[in-house]
Amino acid sequence: MSKRLNLVIALLMVASLVLAACTGGGATEGGNENESGGGAAAPKLIKIATQSPLSGGQSLLGVDIKNGAQLAVEQLSGPLTEMGFTVELAPYDDQATPDVGVANAKAIVADPAILCGVGHLNSGVMIPSSEEYHAAGLAFVSPANTNPVVTTRGYKEVNRIVGRDDVQAPVAEAYAFNELGAKSVYIIHDKTAYGQGVAEFFRKAAEKDGMAVLGFEGTEETANFDAIITPLLAANPDVVFFSGIYNQAGVFFKQARDAGYEGTFMGTDGMDASGLADLAGDALVKGGGMVYTSVAGPASAYPKAAQFAKDFEAKFGAPPQPFAAQGYDAAAVCLKAIENAAKAANGEIPTRAAVADAIRALTLEGITGTISFDSIGDLPKAKYFIIKVNATTGAEWNKNEIVAELEFASPGMGE
Amino acid sequence: MKQFTSNPFYKFVLFPIGQILVFILGAGITLSVLVILLAYIFRGSVTNLDLVERTLVILPKVLIDGITIGFVYATIALGYTMVYGVLEFINFSHSEIFMVGGVVGVELLRYLEAQGALASMNQYVVIALAILLGMFIAGSLAVTVERVAYKPLRNAPRLVPLISAIGMSFFLQDAVRLILGLTTGEFNVILPKFGTFDQFQTFNVPGVAAPVQLQNKTILLIGVTIVMLVGLNYLVNGTKIGKAIRAVAQDRPTASLMGINVNFIISITFLIGGALGGAAGVLFALKVTRLDPFVGFFPGLKAFTAAVLGGIGNLTGALLGGLVLGLLESFGASYLGVFTQGAFGAEYKDIFAFAILIAILIFRPSGLLGQTVGQKA
Repeated sequence: MSKRLNLVIALLMVASLVLAACTGGGATEGGNENESGGGAAAPKLIKIATQSPLSGGQSLLGVDIKNGAQLAVEQLSGPLTEMGFTVELAPYDDQATPDVGVANAKAIVADPAILCGVGHLNSGVMIPSSEEYHAAGLAFVSPANTNPVVTTRGYKEVNRIVGRDDVQAPVAEAYAFNELGAKSVYIIHDKTAYGQGVAEFFRKAAEKDGMAVLGFEGTEETANFDAIITPLLAANPDVVFFSGIYNQAGVFFKQARDAGYEGTFMGTDGMDASGLADLAGDALVKGGGMVYTSVAGPASAYPKAAQFAKDFEAKFGAPPQPFAAQGYDAAAVCLKAIENAAKAANGEIPTRAAVADAIRALTLEGITGTISFDSIGDLPKAKYFIIKVNATTGAEWNKNEIVAELEFASPGMGE
Repeated sequence: MKQFTSNPFYKFVLFPIGQILVFILGAGITLSVLVILLAYIFRGSVTNLDLVERTLVILPKVLIDGITIGFVYATIALGYTMVYGVLEFINFSHSEIFMVGGVVGVELLRYLEAQGALASMNQYVVIALAILLGMFIAGSLAVTVERVAYKPLRNAPRLVPLISAIGMSFFLQDAVRLILGLTTGEFNVILPKFGTFDQFQTFNVPGVAAPVQLQNKTILLIGVTIVMLVGLNYLVNGTKIGKAIRAVAQDRPTASLMGINVNFIISITFLIGGALGGAAGVLFALKVTRLDPFVGFFPGLKAFTAAVLGGIGNLTGALLGGLVLGLLESFGASYLGVFTQGAFGAEYKDIFAFAILIAILIFRPSGLLGQTVGQKA
């Protein structure tokens, strides 16, 4: 009996180990490179880490951030290679989960070859992970995090190349109030740092304009939204503002439309993924349709990104998702800063602190615009887009049209 | 009277359906009266809308939502409670059995859609096939899990199989995640659109101002679960196998002395519980339109709670517990926001439901209907 029991337990353990190894994906990949890299070209190896969800419901966006960064490393590491360095990408999978992000961050800062990082997708993952980066002095450039707290802590190592929620949410509210003529709104958020943050900013702006806020709900539900939809239908708001990520919102939009809601759905940049249309289908174009704001337009919104979109599709077999171009630019910032810091260090591998300083000193012509950073790591001026959904399937996502494109200065440390 | 109760039609069809109706009406009316009373009490404190009117307008929908999710909880809860009855441990991997059933059912529909057969087939045949396949796979998986992870631990202290069950739960989640993620890394399982399940049936209920609308899939979900519950009641109370299950639940060593193959009966229990969970998974998927490998966790937890609420080990208790919990949750979620003017919203529905659960268990520690394992030595 006990022998058999041991055998079963042993077998189960082996099976789960194998499984863990397989699903560990990104992290294991990074680890392996670490070993092989350490043996061969140890002194001149430079690595750039990426952290984004490579598996799971938000992987569409996360994988393309990594792919964008990978393309940048391949295309832009020329100057560093000439100086005798080998540049590699070390992708990590944060699974859109704070715990995993922090665990990966610990592994990243422990690897001395990593001088700069690109990530994350989720503010809720970026904020705790960046405490690790800050403690280790490792510079990170965020291609997608919009929560103000990401930069308002004033860490020298934390930068972002997109706009902020305390601007994005008022932009969305102004569109609802002025362009859609909405008198009432129902706000729903996903209880994450990102979602709840945007929702609060939206509520503040709506109350200022005198728009009636008929409901303010947070939910982690991903399947059965009945309990939210019933009071929502009774309140019958002009606009439903969902502040969260597409994989949750898509299911909600579909169920709410099926249940008979006829108004307009609104959201922010978390909605900007073709998966939203796969999940919600024609719920996005029926009734009042669906509009979202974004800090990252589609690649076609950036005149300089045309070549990038072409290269990206040639390499990865699909057009880039939103934030892929930002992933490319974030990696470009890393590469340029490392290059500048290496030059200052007479061709030796620069310190992490020197790289972090070089990022703040940088002005770079990126594919998404001119990139430079203010004293807390924000862009001095960031772009915001308002996009109307015309897609009913994921394949049609590029049919969405930009209805407005605005530029606002960063609010800095304020509020 | 005696003559009447021994009539099998009465005993195995009318009685259980009557029981379900009594549970729904009892819980539904109690809660409805409660919220209407509250609405009258707080009428003055809410200024921007008529609280009583709002309460009455959404009441039918709240009841329907609660009953629908209550049936899902009840069907899953039966799996927990049956296993508890025979083995006296909580099979925490049951929530993953539920998830696997749903995923398998939806994958069948997706396969049919990819073959182009989905649109041309009769929608009821399609959904019946999906439910049957979900039941078959989930049932077989439950039996396999029992054989691999629980049977070797049958004589170990009771905590050991519990931990094995939690491990199995993680294992199944990640195994499904791995399989679904093999091709694209994305594991959303999206229900293809087919048939008329999204459409509404409108009923004019006397005394209610607005007509009551029911989605076809809600009717299907409630109908199928009632049929399954009646079937289970017959199986457990009306057949030889059911008698053997009850005997094993009551006293395993003595049952084995009476010539009952205990291992076989335990497998059958897992098969039935798993199949019910799998069917609930497919119906749940039809309702919510999207699944992922982690979707079973919350319904599983709620169903386990429902089983405890009704009295773990007690089949009727699981049914009652599921319906009560579903209704509590639906009432809490829909009315908290209305009554507090948004200060507490649907996000507090679980706190509300679990607070009431704790209150009930303080006064009735063995659950609403009591445990039925008391005769154990």
